[in-house]
Amino acid sequence: MTDKAEVVVFWVFAIPLIMSALGVIIARNPVYAAMSLVAAFFCMAGVYVLLTAHLIAFLQILVYAGAIMVLFLFVIMLLSLSDEDLGVPRMRAMQVIGALGAVGVVALVVRAVAQAGVQPMRSVNPETFGTVKEVGRILFRDYLLPFEATSVLLLVAIVGAVIVAKQKV
Amino acid sequence: MPVNSYLALAAVLFAIGLAGVVLKRNALIVFMCIELMLNAANLTFLAFARQQGNMSGHAIAFFVIAVAAAEAAVGLAIVIAIFRSRGTVNVDEVNTLRDS
Repeated sequence: MTDKAEVVVFWVFAIPLIMSALGVIIARNPVYAAMSLVAAFFCMAGVYVLLTAHLIAFLQILVYAGAIMVLFLFVIMLLSLSDEDLGVPRMRAMQVIGALGAVGVVALVVRAVAQAGVQPMRSVNPETFGTVKEVGRILFRDYLLPFEATSVLLLVAIVGAVIVAKQKV
Repeated sequence: MPVNSYLALAAVLFAIGLAGVVLKRNALIVFMCIELMLNAANLTFLAFARQQGNMSGHAIAFFVIAVAAAEAAVGLAIVIAIFRSRGTVNVDEVNTLRDS
């Protein structure tokens, strides 16, 4: 892909991504926030494809936008929450400090990124980079123990979720 | 296209997630913002993997997705348990462990 086309595609995904991410924290209704997050995950998958991470982009859509967000929506519907019920208003000072902290993080990181100078991408072979075959080879050769540990982690998470959410153990 | 723009995008997303965690009071939206922050970390991993031509970053991103799934399952179970015992998901009202 030519450089100019890459820049155009990057912004085509980056601008909706930032907008929908902002939508998550602006929306008062949790369902709207969840739908906004789904949109953000789809745009994120587009950026991943731009980085030639095809397998991770697929997983992003299947696992995040599919499974995790369905779980979120189920819980939102289960709890039947109305709009964020404003009982006691939170301290204004805390909100201001939080917003300032977030802006500070952006300023700090963007400054560090700018100071690092332009770091061009190394050229990779798109036939092999980030494909299922190659990522699978790395997972099962260099990261076999973490991979197996992940399976145990998921088992523990399933059992833990059932135990915690159960009425009576 | 240099890696810097991807890193800046990840920084912006991370900050949006951080702001959500600090500002929002609905525990579910706080969880969504944590997912956003995990995604920003993933984007950084993949950007550097692409820049270095090294696919280890893809393996790490895979693990991050698995951990995020586990975290969402357990976290939402805790939210349900809290809602059942207290009738609220407002993080300001869940302060039993606070020293006061």
